[in-house]
Amino acid sequence: MSHAPLPQHVDPHDLLATDALLSDEETMLRDTVRTFVGKRILPDVGAWFDTGTFPRELATEFGSLGVLGMHLDGYGCAGTSATAYGLACLELEAGDSGARSFVSVQGSLAMFPIHAFGSEEHKQQWLPGMAAGELIGCFGLTEPDSGSDPSSMRTTATRDASGDWLLHGSKMWITNGSIADVAVVWARTDPDGPDRGAVRGFVVPTDTPGFSAPEIHRKVSLRASVTSELVLDDVRLPADAVLPGVTGMRGPLSCLNEARFGITFGAVGAARACYESALAYAGERTQFDRPIAGFQLTQRKLVDMMVAVQRGTLVALHLGRMKDAGTLATPQISFGKMDNVRMALEVARTARSVLGANGITTEYPVIRHLNNLESVFTYEGTNEIHTLILGQAITGLSAFS
Amino acid sequence: MNVVVCVKQIPDPADPGALDPETKTLVRSGKLILDESDSYGVEMALQLVDAAGGGEVTLVSMAPNDEQSGLRTALAMGAAKAVLVSDEALRGSDALTTAKVLAAAIGRTGQPDLVLTATESSDGYTGTVPEQIAELLSLPSVTFAKSIAVDGGTASVQRQTEAGYDDVQVPLPAVVSVTAGVVEPRYPSFKGIMAAKSKPLDQVTVADLGMDAGQVGWSGAGQEIVDVSEAEAREAGTIVEDDGEGHQKVVEFLAELKVI
Repeated sequence: MSHAPLPQHVDPHDLLATDALLSDEETMLRDTVRTFVGKRILPDVGAWFDTGTFPRELATEFGSLGVLGMHLDGYGCAGTSATAYGLACLELEAGDSGARSFVSVQGSLAMFPIHAFGSEEHKQQWLPGMAAGELIGCFGLTEPDSGSDPSSMRTTATRDASGDWLLHGSKMWITNGSIADVAVVWARTDPDGPDRGAVRGFVVPTDTPGFSAPEIHRKVSLRASVTSELVLDDVRLPADAVLPGVTGMRGPLSCLNEARFGITFGAVGAARACYESALAYAGERTQFDRPIAGFQLTQRKLVDMMVAVQRGTLVALHLGRMKDAGTLATPQISFGKMDNVRMALEVARTARSVLGANGITTEYPVIRHLNNLESVFTYEGTNEIHTLILGQAITGLSAFS
Repeated sequence: MNVVVCVKQIPDPADPGALDPETKTLVRSGKLILDESDSYGVEMALQLVDAAGGGEVTLVSMAPNDEQSGLRTALAMGAAKAVLVSDEALRGSDALTTAKVLAAAIGRTGQPDLVLTATESSDGYTGTVPEQIAELLSLPSVTFAKSIAVDGGTASVQRQTEAGYDDVQVPLPAVVSVTAGVVEPRYPSFKGIMAAKSKPLDQVTVADLGMDAGQVGWSGAGQEIVDVSEAEAREAGTIVEDDGEGHQKVVEFLAELKVI
């Protein structure tokens, strides 16, 4: 054991020096996304949030960067590690949860099922354009009356005499729905058909007659993101529109695992942005003739936030390494999604209190992150559902039904 | 069209820099990054090769240690390969030695049609290396380019001046220094980053270039840093309260500086 004096310098933005856990390549990827977010998202995202817009041209810019489907191989995708994908999500969400949501949906929910379960024709037709951001995808699983219990879905897929599929039903809270070129829609097949009522996935071009995607307005969360309903009014699809590689709920749930993994990292980004905003503000804001960062109560808040962000970073990186090693299990993803989003929400609320009244305007990023995280808290598996997945994992008893 | 870009890896300017009190030079240990002022030359070279419809961009760099991360950044942007002269003996090299080493390294890359450099590095600011390289290679030199267009064996360069720019034509091959900020350097794409690790990086020593260790570094330096002192702190500015005539005071201030 060395008795050399301990180094005294620590980085307030990375106190545990977690950067040292990244490879040079991961650092370069991370820095590239951070620079992009700094130049392209942060200057305008407050205005996008105010006006409730997502600039569509961001899609091709994300594509040029290579962030769309980045952890998939071939078909124009970059083929990075899962950890690198997570780091990109982290940096994007440090900009805005809407930007990260776009990338999660495109890569993990729309491209992933086509890549994992699609036919070669599906892959050739859609993936290169989606990787480039020229084609936008969405994912239709949740329905107005079917959220945490997706297998209760009412959307049906029936086959007529010609072999064509007919999709009927509606999907709700679909990110990118109104701007999508292609939707991956999950629907229940005929109980008397060859799939015996199992859920199947369908690749649906959004210009197919009977398909419409009205946008959901009046949101006060994820405002810089498009959220829609999908209406499937007897959408007729050829026989080969079905994803051949998967039958049953394993299909959509495996996509959700991909996206939840990214959210584990993304939430850390939003939390970090809130912590950094609060730290900077507390250093500049003077009351009682001194910066408020010097007050004990404020220091408690700042330290709690810093510790939470660092701990969340370590959890995310650990899960990333496991995913790259092929050992990551579903309950471990639930651990990350449940705890990191809960952590991020608490950090955002604490940061809001440090900023006082300034914390409620979009001049500062904190209230925007706080409002966004309220969505992230319940989408991709509510906090409760992930708690029950973990409860089942440690007790062996299912509390779902 | 083949373009060589001379790039430097420097300590991250975002971190507090330190001077070695003994050698009076910047401490350059640890991680080094691509000098931002070189990213403009890399971008311009990539654009020129694209416009020519063929060829490649080669990086040339030197460093006392074997740090590569700055070069990997430029490779991730799209450069095809790199030559890194890495040798402990290079520590303490002055500008002329740097030019000699880089000129020799450029010689290893074949016959480039064009050599691009920044106008000066962001950690040394001598601003003389590009012209020294040109002299050593017996090539024409154009400085402060804001744009370059190549047609056959001639490059048309817009050369920045205090008043505007000069249109200059130069036969190729030539050495051209590129002013910072004249193009928007591309982000390294993820595919570029993934590909960068497998791009050829030819790491050579001073001896590999046919040079003697005594010709470079401290022993080869024709200059000596006698003393360094801290830059004087800037004086506090003047705050003008706008009582409705604030604009007049700004005009007077500018007139005093003789800028209007």
